[in-house]
Amino acid sequence: MKREIPLIITGVVGIVFIVQFFIPHEPFSSLSDIFSDWFSIIEACAIWLGALNLIKLSLDKLGKPMLLVTSAIVVVALIVGIVGAPDEFLAGRFPLILFAVAFLLMALGQYSRSKMKPDWFFALTTIASFVIMLIAGLAFSGGRTFQEPGTHYDYLYRSVYTPLSSTMFAMLAFFVASASYRAFRARNREAAMLLVAAFFVMAGRVPLAEFLGTLTPDAFSGAWATTGGFLSGAADWVMNFPNAAGQRAIMIGIALGIVSTSLRIILGIERSHIGGE
Amino acid sequence: MTPPAPPANILADDAPNDAGGAIIVRWDKSPDEGAGLDNVGAYQLLRGRSPNGPFDTVGTMTAGMTEFNDGDVEDGIDYYYVVEVIALPSPDHPNVEPPVSISRPSQPARSSAQWIHMGRLNSLLAVVILASSILYFISKAKGGEKLFIRKIAGLEAVDEAVGRATEMGRKIFFIPGIQDMNNVQTIAGVTILGRVAKMAATYDAKLDVPVPRSLVMVAARETVKQAYLDAGRPDAYDEDMVHYLTDDQFGYAAGVDGMFVRQKPATIFYMGAFFAESLILAETGNSIGAIQIAGTAMPAQLPFFVAACDYTLIGEELFAASAYLSREPKQLGSLKGQDVGKFFILLFAIGGILLATFGVYNISHWFLVR
Amino acid sequence: MAKGTQGGFWQRLMAIDRRVIFLAVGIAVSAPFFLPISPKIHITPEVESLYNALKELPAGSKVLFPFDYDPPSAPELQPMAVAAITYCLENDLKMVIMGLWPQGPQQANLALASVIEGEVGDVITYNGKTFKYGIDWVNLGFQEGREFVIQRMGSSFAAAFPRDYRGTPVDELDLMRGVTNFNNVDFVFSLSSGYPGTIEWVQLAGDRFHARIGAGNTAVQAPMVYPYYRAGQLTGILGGMKGAAEFEVLVGVKGGFGTRAMLSQTFSHAIIIFFIIVGNIAFFVGGRPSRLKGTEEV
Repeated sequence: MKREIPLIITGVVGIVFIVQFFIPHEPFSSLSDIFSDWFSIIEACAIWLGALNLIKLSLDKLGKPMLLVTSAIVVVALIVGIVGAPDEFLAGRFPLILFAVAFLLMALGQYSRSKMKPDWFFALTTIASFVIMLIAGLAFSGGRTFQEPGTHYDYLYRSVYTPLSSTMFAMLAFFVASASYRAFRARNREAAMLLVAAFFVMAGRVPLAEFLGTLTPDAFSGAWATTGGFLSGAADWVMNFPNAAGQRAIMIGIALGIVSTSLRIILGIERSHIGGE
Repeated sequence: MTPPAPPANILADDAPNDAGGAIIVRWDKSPDEGAGLDNVGAYQLLRGRSPNGPFDTVGTMTAGMTEFNDGDVEDGIDYYYVVEVIALPSPDHPNVEPPVSISRPSQPARSSAQWIHMGRLNSLLAVVILASSILYFISKAKGGEKLFIRKIAGLEAVDEAVGRATEMGRKIFFIPGIQDMNNVQTIAGVTILGRVAKMAATYDAKLDVPVPRSLVMVAARETVKQAYLDAGRPDAYDEDMVHYLTDDQFGYAAGVDGMFVRQKPATIFYMGAFFAESLILAETGNSIGAIQIAGTAMPAQLPFFVAACDYTLIGEELFAASAYLSREPKQLGSLKGQDVGKFFILLFAIGGILLATFGVYNISHWFLVR
Repeated sequence: MAKGTQGGFWQRLMAIDRRVIFLAVGIAVSAPFFLPISPKIHITPEVESLYNALKELPAGSKVLFPFDYDPPSAPELQPMAVAAITYCLENDLKMVIMGLWPQGPQQANLALASVIEGEVGDVITYNGKTFKYGIDWVNLGFQEGREFVIQRMGSSFAAAFPRDYRGTPVDELDLMRGVTNFNNVDFVFSLSSGYPGTIEWVQLAGDRFHARIGAGNTAVQAPMVYPYYRAGQLTGILGGMKGAAEFEVLVGVKGGFGTRAMLSQTFSHAIIIFFIIVGNIAFFVGGRPSRLKGTEEV
C-alpha cells in the first residue's frame, strides 16, 4: 500500500486538474482551487523539514566543543528574543519557542556524532545568519509586519541580503565573458551563424555605435547614427524573427514532453519519483 | 451643468463557460463621451432585483469602458442593471458634485453554471488525439514491438560520467533544478536521479544531492533509497546524501558553488528547471574540471548550459531521459506517441503558413483557447 | 590535447587564465561610471508601444503592478519600476501594487521611496502634489500560490488578497472599492524576472481574463516573451537595462540608473565581442586543438 496510495492520489488529482479545465461546473472548478491550496499548505509546512535538516547538518560539522558554545549562544539569543517579542503569541513568541525547543533537541541529538569538518566556518555562518534573521524578524519588529520599511529585518534585507544576492547575480557578467570566450568558436557553419547573430544582438542592444560616434569628429556622427540604427534594427530582427521562431519551436517540443511525462505519471507508468521502478 | 446623455442598449447576459455566479453587462457609450462640458468622467454600474430598484453599486469604470463582468451574483435569480454616467468635474467649480444621469434598466439576466467549456473544445480534441496516440504506442510497445529512438549524446554519456567519478574516487553531484515538486521538470530530474543513483550504487561512487526545496528533499531521498535497494547496496545509502540548502535562488547557487570548489566532484548533473543561477553553477563546475551533463526545459538557460557543459539535453530530451535510460517499452512507447503529436502540430503550422500567405485568416479563431 | 600547427602564442591565448578575462570585464563595467559621456539611446518599437499604451490611459485609470522579482534582478527592473511609478504619479494613474514573489512588495516600496520626496508613509509628496495611501495607491503585499493567485484574481481580487501588506482589509481601501476583478483595472504592468512572471500573467490574466498587459523583463527573460508581443498578447516589452533606459527617456526621467548604466553595459558588451573575436582569430590561426571533455580548460 505504501506505493499504491501515492499512485492513486497522483492519478485522481491529475485527472481532476485535466477535467476542471474543460468542465467549469461545480465541484470541478473549486476542486482545483482546493488542491492548489492543499499544496501551498503542505509546501509551507515542509519548509521546516528542510530548515531543520540544514541546521542538523550544520551542527554535525562543528565538532563537540564548538557545538556546545554555539548552542549556548543561540539559546541565550533565542531567550532574549522570546522575552523581547511582541505580546501576540502566535506572531513572535510561539515560533521562537518552537524553534528553541527543536534546536536544543537537535543539538543534543547531534552532539555525539559531531566532528569538526573543513567547512565548519560555513556551517557556523549558516546557523548564525538563520538565528539572527529569525530573531530580528519575529522579536524586534516593534509590532509592525516584519517586512515593513524601518524594521530591523528590513534593514538586514536591504544592507546584507540585497547586496549579497546582487553580487551573486553580478558574477554572471564575468562568467558570460569567460564562457563566451571559451565556447563561441566558429567550428562549423552553424557555430559561425550563431556568432554572427550574437555579434548583431550584442552590438545592437547597447548604444555602441553612438558611443563610438562621440570619439570621432562630428563629420562622422551621421554615419555612426546610421550604423547604430542598423545594428539596433538587426538586433530587433534577430530577436523578433529567428529567436521567436526558435523559442516557439522549443516551447512546442517542451509542451509535448510535459504532456507525455504527465500522462506517464498520472497513469502510474512513471514511478521513480516516488521510489518505484 | 447638464448631465451627459445616458448610455443606451444595456445588455446583460450570463457569463459563458463558467461555474456560475457571473453576469456580463455591456452598453453603448454615452453620446456625450468626448464632447465638451457634458464630457463623461466615469460610468457606474448598479444592480437590483427589480427594474424599479432599489439598486446597489457594483463597480465604477473610467470613460471609454463599455463592459463589466459582475462576478458577485447568485445563480437562478433575475438581476436588472442600470448604468449611471458621471460628468467630469467642472474646472470652475471643482468642489461641486458633478451631475449624473442614469440609463433605462436592462432586461433581466440570470447567471448559471455550464457543464462544458465551449471555448476549449479545440483543446479537448487536441488532448484526446495526443493522449490516444501516446496510449496506442504504449500498448504497441507492451506487445513487444521494437521502437526506434534516436541516440541522445548526453544520455549515452551518463555511464561514462559515473564511471569517471568512480575511477577518480571523487563525488557525483546531482542538481535537480531549483523548482519544487509541482514542476514537471523537477519530477523529470528526480526520475533521472533514480537512474543515476542506481548506477552510482552499482559502481560504488559517492553521490551528493543538494536540493533547494524541502519537498524535493523528501522525494529525492525516497528515490535514492529505492535505487540503492534495487542495486543491492542498502548499506551504502546514507540519507544525508540528499540534503536541503535554501529556497533562495542565489543563496543556493552560492552554497552549491562552495561545495564544488571545496569538494571538486568529478561529475555534475544538472537536470530540472533552472534560472539565472545556471551559468554560475555550470562555469564553476567547468573551472574545477568536472564532466557536466545538463538538461532543462527552460529555453532561456539552454544557451548557458550549451556553452559551459559537455552535454546538454534540450527541452523535451529531458522528459525523454527517463524513458531512454530505463529502455522500458511502455515509456519508450510514450515517446513515439509524443512524436505523432509533433507531426500534427507541424502539419497545422505548415497549413497555417500557407493560408496566411494567401491572406486567409478567418479560420485561425478555431485555434484560440478561451 | 592535439597541438596546434602554429606556435605557442595562439595556443596560450586560447587557454588564457579566466581571471584575466574577469579583470578586463571588471574594468570595462566599472570605469565608464567615471566618464562624463551619455550616448544617445535609440528607442525600439516594443518600448514605444508600451509607452503609447500607457499614454492612452486617462487620468484616474487603475494600473495593476505585479512586482515579481527580487534584489538580484533589481539593477534591470528597478529603473523600469521607478520610471513607471514616476509616470503614474505625474499623470494621476492609480497604482495597485502586489507581488507573486515574496520580495516584490518590498522592491515596490524601495522604488516608490526613490521617486517621492521623503519617506513612504500614508501621505507621499511628488512634484508638489500629495498622494494618499488607499486612495491613490495601495500595496496588497505578497500572496503565496503563484499562477493560482492570478486565477483567483480573475474572479475576485479580494479573495486573492483579503488584506493589504499592512493587514488592512481590502474593502476598507477606497481605491479597491469597485475593483472586483481584471475588468476593473485598466492596465497590468508586469515587472518580472522569472517564474511566476509575465508569461503566467499573459496566459491567465491576458488570455483568460482579457486584461491589457505590458511587460518589463530582464534581458535573459525577454527573448522568451517576444513571441507574446509578436502575437499581440503584450502591448509592449521593456527588455533588460536597455529597455529601462529607453523607457526612462520616453517618460522623461533625468539621470535614471538605466540611462547612466548604458555606457557601462556598452563597454561590457564591447569587451565580450573583443574577446570572442580574439578567441576566434587564435582558433583559426593557431590551429584547432581537440577538446578533451571535462578536463582542463581549452
